[in-house]
Amino acid sequence: MFNFIFSHKREVLALTGEHLWLVGVSMLLAIAIGVPLGILLTRRPRYRGVVLGGSNIVQTIPSLALFGLLLPLPWLGARADRLAILALMLYALLPIIQNTFVGITGVDPPVREAAAAMGMTSRQILWHVELPLASGVIVAGIRVATVICVGLATIAAAIGAGGLGEFIFRGLSMVDNRVILAGAVPAAIMALAADQLLGLAQRLLTRKRH
Amino acid sequence: MTDPPAIEFAHVQYRTTGNRILLNDLSLSVQRGEILMLLGASGSGKTTTLKLINGLLQASEGQITIDGKPLQDWDLIRLRRHIGYAIQEVGLFPHYTVRDNAALVPRLENWPPQKLKARVDEVLHMVGLPPQEFAARYPNELSGGQRQRVGLARALAADPPILLMDEPFGALDPITRVALQREFKQLQQRLNKTVVFVTHDVGEALLLGDRIALMESGRLSGVFAPRDFLESSDPAVKPYVEAFRAMQQVFD
Repeated sequence: MFNFIFSHKREVLALTGEHLWLVGVSMLLAIAIGVPLGILLTRRPRYRGVVLGGSNIVQTIPSLALFGLLLPLPWLGARADRLAILALMLYALLPIIQNTFVGITGVDPPVREAAAAMGMTSRQILWHVELPLASGVIVAGIRVATVICVGLATIAAAIGAGGLGEFIFRGLSMVDNRVILAGAVPAAIMALAADQLLGLAQRLLTRKRH
Repeated sequence: MTDPPAIEFAHVQYRTTGNRILLNDLSLSVQRGEILMLLGASGSGKTTTLKLINGLLQASEGQITIDGKPLQDWDLIRLRRHIGYAIQEVGLFPHYTVRDNAALVPRLENWPPQKLKARVDEVLHMVGLPPQEFAARYPNELSGGQRQRVGLARALAADPPILLMDEPFGALDPITRVALQREFKQLQQRLNKTVVFVTHDVGEALLLGDRIALMESGRLSGVFAPRDFLESSDPAVKPYVEAFRAMQQVFD
C-alpha cells in the first residue's frame, strides 16, 4: 500500500488537495449558514420545527442518493464539484444548527437575565455573552460535521467530483485493496487531524471555566 | 416643589401570557434613599414587583413611575443602567474575570479606561474583595459569598441611584449571610441609595429595612416601619412576627 502511495505521490497529493477543498468550502458555507440559522431559531422558536426537521430529513437521505437527486439543479448540476459541495454542506448543517441552538439556549438563565438587567442590548448579549458561552458547544458541532464531511466527501467521487474517493472507487472496480487504501488512509488521517484540531479549539474556548 | 418618589406603583397588575394574575392592584411608593423590603412567601409577587421596576417584566395594567417619569417614557436600556440589580443566583459571566464582571455597566457606558479602572478598584474594595487578590480571578474560583460580593460590586459600579436586590444573600451559609447583611447596612449608610430588597426572611427585613412591605398572594398586605411591624395586630403580619419571636426564644 505504501509503495503504491509513494509511486503515485503526485496523484495522492492532488486528490488530497481536492478533498480538502471540497470539505473546506462546504464546511465554510455550512458554518456561514448554520450558525446564523441556529441563532435565528433561538430568537424565533416557532421556526424550530421546520428548520431542525428539514435538516434532520436531509440527514436521512443516503449520500449517494442525495448526490444523484441534486443532479438536475441548474448551474449547480453543471459541475460535479458544485453539487458535491452543496450536498456536503447540507449534511453538515444539522449538527451546526443544532449545536448553535443548544449552546445558546443552554446559557444559564440568571446570566442572561443579569445581562439584560444591566442594560445590555440584545445584540450585546448575543456577542458578549451568548456566543462566547456557547462557543464550545458550537465548535463541537462543527467538529462532528467536519468529520462526517471528510468521510462523505469520498462518495463525491461517484459523481465525478474528485477527491480521495477516486482511489476508493477505482480500487473497488479493480478489486485492488492497495488502491482502496491509498484513498481511505489519507481520508482517515484527514478526519482524525480535523477532529484533533477542532477538539483543541474546543478545549481552548472552554478552558477558563467549570 | 418636593422631589417625586424614586419609584411609584399605581394600581399595577401583572398577568402572565396565560392570564394568571401574579400581582394585583399594587400601589406603593419608594422614597429616595430608603431601603424598602419586600417581604413575603414564595409566589407572593415580590420578585415580579422587582422585575417590573427595571422592565424585565411589563405591567399589564396600572402605572409605574421612576424618578417622576412614567416607565414607558424611559429608554429601557438607559433605565436599566440607572438601576443596579443583584440576584440570588448572582448571574456573573463565567467567562469574565472579577474585574470585567464588575466593570460591565461602566464599560457599556463607555467610561474612559482610567476612570473605569479606578472605579472598579474602589467598588471591589467596597465589597471587601481587594483587587490585587481577586480582580484577575474567574467566578468559578470564588466561594458563594465572594461571588455574591462581585454581584454587588457589579450592581454598584456605575453608581446607580436605585438598587434592586432579589434575595442576594439567600443562598449563603448563615455566618456569611450575617456578615454580608451587616456590611451592606454599613455600606448603605454611606451610599444612600434607593433600595428595593426582596426577602422571605423576617429577620433580614427587620435588620435592613427602613420600611417593610408585606406581600401575600400577589397583593400588598401593608407597609410598616420595622417597629410597627413587630407590634402590628394585622392578621397578615402576625404569623411572621410569631415566627420571629419563636426564633428569638430559642436563643433566650
